[in-house]
Amino acid sequence: MTVTAARQLHNGTVCFVGIGLPSTAANLARMTHAPDVVLIYESGTLGAKPDRLPLSIGDGILADTADTVVSVPEVFNYWLQPGRIDVGFLSAAQIDRHANINTTVIGADYAHPGVRLPGAGGAPEIAASCREVVVVVRQSLRTFVDRVDFITSVGFGHGYGDRERLGLTGAGPRVVITDLGILRPDPETRELTLVSVHPGSTPEQAQAATGWALAVSPELTTTEAPTERELSVLRRLEATLEGGRGVL
Amino acid sequence: MAEIVSLADGIAEVVHDGDIVVMEGFTHLIPFAAGHEIIRQGRRNLTLVRMTPDVIYDQLIGMGCASKLIFSWGGNPGVGSLHRFRDAVENAWPQPLELEEHSHAGMANRYVAGASGLPFAVLRGYVGTDLAAHTDTVRPIICPFTGETLTAVSALSPDATVIHAQRADRKGNVQMWGIVGVQKEAVLAAKRSLITVEEIVDTLDPKPQQVVLPSFATSYVALAPGGTNPSYAQGYSLRDNAFYTAWDTISRDRDTFLTWMREHVMRPEHVARPQ
Repeated sequence: MTVTAARQLHNGTVCFVGIGLPSTAANLARMTHAPDVVLIYESGTLGAKPDRLPLSIGDGILADTADTVVSVPEVFNYWLQPGRIDVGFLSAAQIDRHANINTTVIGADYAHPGVRLPGAGGAPEIAASCREVVVVVRQSLRTFVDRVDFITSVGFGHGYGDRERLGLTGAGPRVVITDLGILRPDPETRELTLVSVHPGSTPEQAQAATGWALAVSPELTTTEAPTERELSVLRRLEATLEGGRGVL
Repeated sequence: MAEIVSLADGIAEVVHDGDIVVMEGFTHLIPFAAGHEIIRQGRRNLTLVRMTPDVIYDQLIGMGCASKLIFSWGGNPGVGSLHRFRDAVENAWPQPLELEEHSHAGMANRYVAGASGLPFAVLRGYVGTDLAAHTDTVRPIICPFTGETLTAVSALSPDATVIHAQRADRKGNVQMWGIVGVQKEAVLAAKRSLITVEEIVDTLDPKPQQVVLPSFATSYVALAPGGTNPSYAQGYSLRDNAFYTAWDTISRDRDTFLTWMREHVMRPEHVARPQ
């Protein structure tokens, strides 16, 4: 998942990064095939170049290694909103067939939720304004639901044309990467379609982990396995998290 | 001009029962010592405002200080849920917690509007999401120049904003650097403010990308070395990531939480701690 996510970033891509897997993937890309990828964290650090994985979105190493540090209003208003960011990474507690994302509540009754999730954070505007979005989420019947209980961040609404009708400036989710494979929105319907399975996974497994009749591309491929180099850099990066501490 | 006071006096001056209270700090410079003082002073029915509620608001909520939360992301960063926040929302313990929920961009702009003396701010946001339907401080607005429909968010004008910074001088000018978040806007939006600092010095020598809050723009400054622990102050302290992880266990159970708070926040030596 992490290696596949890293491969979505090209050299020079300007990327809005959240902590966890997106941050790992973006730094993996920077240390392998895309040394000039630009990492922007919502804490206001533009062009951060950490030599270890940051432990939080506001880790001191991000400020220490950034080209500049700006305020939170500035990062959203000047940098994200006008479309200066190429790729935004998002995750989801629930995602539906049109790639709408829920990170707010599980259960239909907002006032009395079954599970109260953290909420929106920067995601709604990342989903709206980044030129494109990469979603990284584990695939299961719990996460891949026919309709999300709450739309926190818009993917394609009810399908083709909804983003344009809503006036959203970014193109929306270009790809959804899971632990089983890769999905992309169908060009005509905007419904998520399985286009690749990771080595060892099958379309049947992907369907069994999806809460709707999953469309499978006629040109279904197998994801290229991680290279030795990708894996060794990933292991070295992940090792920096163990016993890690914020820096002065 | 800001008055330099003790932490206890500063909190007593700026935070009263029923107030709308902001405590900001984006992972960095979170004002934990000030939050603990609010808990010790037994404040009630606060409307707590913060983009990322974090462990400090989990503690205030669990100790019964808050009746409402205005926020945009309520989790323990990198760890998981805030269990006291969830217990309040899901089970009304220790009391019901009303929510007013936004996105980060919306919250940041609400502070900007408050700091600017405007009733609202305009952004591209919330469109197509279910957030606006549950939050009456978000409305569509038509641009008078282009006719485009945009989103308006109402200004945040808190009774009190409390933040932590690295340093102040003896006149009460405050200096902070590193990740500066939305603290400047939050202080300028507030009727009253208290800034706790790591140290008070004779002169503030410049730091890269610093933010300075002039003494005339704030109410009180209090010395609170280490007052941001387990968050951190760039140049002074490290983030205690192990504590954030440990909080998941401490806060999961009501009794374990209350015992921890009694031992680490409520004990008399904490209350009497000299500043």
